[in-house]
Amino acid sequence: MGGLLATAATPADLMAARLQMAVSLGWHIVLACLGVGMPALAVFAEWRGHRTGDEAYVRLARRWAKAMGVLFAVGAVSGTILSFEMGVLWPGLMATYGQVLGLPFALEGFAFFIEAIFLGIYLYAWDRLPPRLHMLTGLPLCVAGVASAFFVVCANAWMNQPRGFDLVGGRVTRVRPWAAMFNPATPLQTIHMILAAFMVAGFGVAGVYAVGMLRGRRERYHRIGLLLPFTVAAITAPVQIVVGDSLARFLAHGQPAKLAAIEGLNHTGSHIGLSIGGLYIDGQMRYAIRIPDGLSLLVGYRPSTVVQGLDRVPVADRAPVNPVHLGFQAMVAIGTGLFLLGAWLGVAWWRRRDLPRSRWFLRLTAVSGVAAVIALETGWVTTEVGRQPWIVWQHQRTADAVNPAPGLWVGLVVVLAVYVVLTVAIGYVLNLLRTQQITAPQEGWAEVYPP
Amino acid sequence: MTAAQWLLILSWAGLTLYALLGGADFGGGFWDALAGGARRGLAQRRLIEHSVGPVWEANHVWLIFVIVMFWTCFPGVFASVASTLYIPLTLVALGIIARGAAFAFRKASTELWQLRLFGGGFALSSVLTPFFLGTVAGGVASGRVPYGLAKGDLVGSWWNPTSILAGVLAVGTTAYLAAAFLTADARRGGQIQLADAFRRRGLGTAVVTGIIALGGIFILRSDAPALYAGLTGRALPIVVLSALAGLGSMALLIARRYGLTRITAALAVAAVLWGWAIAQYPVMLPPHVTVSDAAATPAVLHATLATVIVGMVLLVPSLLWLFTLFQRTPQPAQPNNGPAVTP
Ligand code: HDD
Ligand code: HEM
Ligand code: HEM
Repeated sequence: MGGLLATAATPADLMAARLQMAVSLGWHIVLACLGVGMPALAVFAEWRGHRTGDEAYVRLARRWAKAMGVLFAVGAVSGTILSFEMGVLWPGLMATYGQVLGLPFALEGFAFFIEAIFLGIYLYAWDRLPPRLHMLTGLPLCVAGVASAFFVVCANAWMNQPRGFDLVGGRVTRVRPWAAMFNPATPLQTIHMILAAFMVAGFGVAGVYAVGMLRGRRERYHRIGLLLPFTVAAITAPVQIVVGDSLARFLAHGQPAKLAAIEGLNHTGSHIGLSIGGLYIDGQMRYAIRIPDGLSLLVGYRPSTVVQGLDRVPVADRAPVNPVHLGFQAMVAIGTGLFLLGAWLGVAWWRRRDLPRSRWFLRLTAVSGVAAVIALETGWVTTEVGRQPWIVWQHQRTADAVNPAPGLWVGLVVVLAVYVVLTVAIGYVLNLLRTQQITAPQEGWAEVYPP
Repeated sequence: MTAAQWLLILSWAGLTLYALLGGADFGGGFWDALAGGARRGLAQRRLIEHSVGPVWEANHVWLIFVIVMFWTCFPGVFASVASTLYIPLTLVALGIIARGAAFAFRKASTELWQLRLFGGGFALSSVLTPFFLGTVAGGVASGRVPYGLAKGDLVGSWWNPTSILAGVLAVGTTAYLAAAFLTADARRGGQIQLADAFRRRGLGTAVVTGIIALGGIFILRSDAPALYAGLTGRALPIVVLSALAGLGSMALLIARRYGLTRITAALAVAAVLWGWAIAQYPVMLPPHVTVSDAAATPAVLHATLATVIVGMVLLVPSLLWLFTLFQRTPQPAQPNNGPAVTP
């Protein structure tokens, strides 16, 4: 079939489409991470509450479930926007490659179904089902959340490592959907993402209770509210560093141009140093701290390892270095910091079975959730901007995928406005929940007002 | 039958379920808007809240299912529709986000002004979203979305007589479905007065929507002759079935047979969608892109079909459980987790 070639969009419209996609994704991902991590926290608290009869756990479970009701709803609708945008903004991608990357999305559809169904049951049948059965209905929620994250990142990994199809005269043939889904980037990228989700949810929830404790509320409810999610996140943090390190090593041969952009490395060679910090100005990495042979050692464990630089990449195919480099630096710095924060608690617990005494521990925990979100976003900037100018790595340019219709920037303005309002509203509503009486999650205004 | 045909049928079944279940949830928002002042409308709004609350997210996923099925199995068609109709689709997306968010926010609120604000957002977006979805359907059905990226008229493709007709009908249909469903919910909850109120609304919207649909016949004849020919030709039996089911559900509403009304009301709406599909089959987009032209390669179709079949094995029992769980008479809450506790 001919007729699917785009006439070019204006550069302004292309920029608008990219920004709109980035904002919508960056917004959705935060809620998605809470959607992956919070059910596990709530179900665990509910289970402990039943086992021990400890009222603090019961209250925490209800509180988290109620917050989940709000967060999931907004996560689901913001995800729907993304499905629309895949077609509305990137019809060139979907027309040519929709069938190749469709399978993980089809699977994801079923994960969403399970998630939405059991969310309805978990929240609204809190007092209708026997307690044990009710807890069990939370488990599909946990599994489906992780599964959705897995499937959607499979699709993204395919954009980095496109496999499972042949191109004949610009047309896609012989599609092998399973090979596309399980491409070389899939294992590490999906694991890294799922771990990130637990870090965001864990540190994020713990941060809320750290603020409470800083304000002097130190009873059991707040302590457990901090310790339970914090422990989950702190256990995840070191694993995340190991996986992230493997991911970077994978880039060295999987997407060397991206690694070169991450490091701002101009010249291919051996004995390549590692640049920490710094800015890429006029084609040079400046003000960076250099660790001699560092990059060569990280990539191949030997100083003589050859690392490919930007000189091997045609100028038109280079990603912008600064966002990729700085994004990566921020992610690694925060990842290391969060690991140390977790270790601090670990040491204090080992010595005294208690939280560290310093108020600085609470202060840092209070901001750890925000820090994890920043690591998450900067990690995605590294991945997505580092892939530019390709939307499908070395197969399709972003400029060829965008909707050629004029006026896309209007969509960007509207979407920005909507997300600003929504962000404010979520903050407001979550704060409302914080100060409200704790009730079972199915109860709301309809129960408050007398019949 | 080929895999592509099976997948088209499955997608259309998904679309039908979205129209019926998701549609009724939008209709709930419509009636929420018209329920009147805070005190007078309380009982109605509470009924809507209880009926829609547990199920709307699951009902909403049908839309995502349809989108994903189309982009995987008929990628060129998906890309053509999404690029030409990007304006109404963006509006639909915004409506969806406003609807879901406002509904969830309202649930977490207790102050009157918050309820008003979020309730207003919920109600407004519940009307606008089906309208724009209808205009999208009208644009495709009247042959205004050619194959190719943004090849159609960016405005005329969705702002035309057929689209506007379809948009208005979509709003009417969702309101009608919601009234029919809520009537039964109200009676099961023992709220006879409320059931009567929704019965009157159901009858009213049925009459209005029916008249618009009749008038629409003339619009289609001049504005979308190909669709008109299909609807009055091959698809005529289904169109007649829809009309009969519509009349039947009015009779059942009058006779207060609310359980049966649900079935006939759903049938009337589903028949419209299938009538459209049959009228147009096998052409998906003009000029002559058919199902077999647009279909993805066989390996993709087979993998998707297998996924859908396996997925249904998980999905159907879960979904049935969800619906039966909340369709049972609400038991007096038996607090398992201890009484409500203060923070
Ligand atoms: C809490 C979040 C978080 C933390 C602490 C880290 N990361 Fe990360 N990273 C992500 C969250 C993330 C992410 C947002 O989830 C990304 C984007 C794409 C992906 O799969 O994961 C990512 C991508 C990403 C990439 C790019 C992969 C690609 O483009 O294919 C590399 C090389 C790393 N990470 C490496 C690391 C290292 C060495 C870390 C050590 C401290 C680290 N990350 C901590
Ligand atoms: C949720 C976390 C994600 C974030 C924060 C994110 C971030 C971004 C950013 C910043 C861009 C713009 C890049 C640029 O134009 O320079 C982008 C583009 C894009 N992303 Fe992602 N991304 C995420 C996940 C995904 C996933 C899972 C997919 C697909 C399955 C995806 C598909 C796309 C597409 C299609 C584009 C537009 C084309 C392009 O610019 O390459 N993204 N994303
Ligand atoms: C790395 C990126 C992503 C992750 C980890 C992720 C994960 C999730 C999760 C866990 C949910 C469940 C709802 C919630 O928890 O709030 C969700 C919802 C959703 N996501 Fe994403 N997502 C990502 C990116 C995307 C992209 C790129 C798309 C579409 C192109 C998308 C489409 C959706 C849709 C449609 C829903 C709503 C499902 C429902 O109605 O329940 N997501 N996502």
